[in-house]
Amino acid sequence: MNPVWIVIIAIVVAPFIGGLLAGIDRKVTARLQGRYGPPLLQPFYDFFKLLGKSKIATSRTQYVWIISYLVFMVTCLVFLVLQLDLLLLVFLLGFAGVSFALAGFSTKSPYSHFGANRELLQILSYEPILLLAALGVYAQVGSFNISEIFKQQTPLLTSLWPIFIALLVVLTIKMRKSPFDIATSHHGHQELVKGIMTEISGPYYALVTLTEWYELVLVLGIISLFWANPLWVGILIAFAAFILELFVDNINARMTGGWMVRFCWAIAIVFCVLNILYLYFINMKGVL
Amino acid sequence: MGIIQVSQVKSPWIMHFCNSSCNGCDIEVLACLTPLYDVERFGLVNMGNPKHADVLVVTGPVNYRTARVLKNLYDQIPDPKMVIAVGACAATGGVFHNCYNILGGVDKVLPVDVYVPGCAARPEAIIDGVVLALQKLSKAVGVAK
Repeated sequence: MNPVWIVIIAIVVAPFIGGLLAGIDRKVTARLQGRYGPPLLQPFYDFFKLLGKSKIATSRTQYVWIISYLVFMVTCLVFLVLQLDLLLLVFLLGFAGVSFALAGFSTKSPYSHFGANRELLQILSYEPILLLAALGVYAQVGSFNISEIFKQQTPLLTSLWPIFIALLVVLTIKMRKSPFDIATSHHGHQELVKGIMTEISGPYYALVTLTEWYELVLVLGIISLFWANPLWVGILIAFAAFILELFVDNINARMTGGWMVRFCWAIAIVFCVLNILYLYFINMKGVL
Repeated sequence: MGIIQVSQVKSPWIMHFCNSSCNGCDIEVLACLTPLYDVERFGLVNMGNPKHADVLVVTGPVNYRTARVLKNLYDQIPDPKMVIAVGACAATGGVFHNCYNILGGVDKVLPVDVYVPGCAARPEAIIDGVVLALQKLSKAVGVAK
């Protein structure tokens, strides 16, 4: 198929998948808490309502950063669906995260600054894991290109399962779920007001919601690469990981930012490093 | 009638502000969010931030100190917005009526859309009030039921 069509379909379809997943998220969370829960399409209602609200700006710079957050996230998704360079995708994802943090820093609200600082801590936590995951894929496949992953006969999950577990931690951080929901608190707990989202309102809140849907689809897409052949198994694994996150969210309290960094660097990164070292020695033996 | 207007009726995010009430109505407002009543099934979410809210739920009588806070919060909510006065005090001043520090009901400061009576207003009454406010909103945006 023509790459242009693939890109257009991905950009159009991804928000629908992300929004539906967000609806499933709210429904399952409500059921776990003994509530009936909102309709499945509630995230779409929220999105369109926010688009119709009036614009209230405390800083115009914020708009630039929010739009660049969206553009970089969409670019990451394009890299994934066109099966381009995984390493470049990880760096672009870091760029998107930094844009969002700068959107938080561009206003004067102290809550926004708290949230932005915590967003930077989150980037500090998940970015090394993603980089090491890309390195692990390189150690196994011999290329950073995602298209090479699809040519593998044995799924990556068999040799890279410690990195897969570390990626589940990244998924929790990226979905902003407990125990890692430290940058934007959910509406249930308001001691941060809304963290980095405090000054983002109306249509720009809708843009951030849209970007979060792209982000969710992107991270789940990266997870599904671990069983790329056949891909439907990978998609099922990614969906199972998503449902697992909902349970993790509901049985955990929120932890502090320092705890998150320690957890990621002491456990998740060690998993990745051990995995890569093991692959390195195995491959050495193969060569000898 | 577009998708935005339909969504406005289906996704009211409330912000709850307590003037100088006895906290009876505040507890009942929060009771609406518990599993027993679960207003999230109508799309209602309790927000702590006026910039994300659509509906301002006010409890208690307005006094001279809270009047400007209330006005400030109302101004920070992006349009379209609704105001619901919950409880007897928010409607008229209630038992605090004619006290030296009390201005009166919320309508002395803000345009109130719906009054929910009661002391304290029951959660069922508050849900009724929110539904009434949504009907009013749907008429205003042209999605009348």
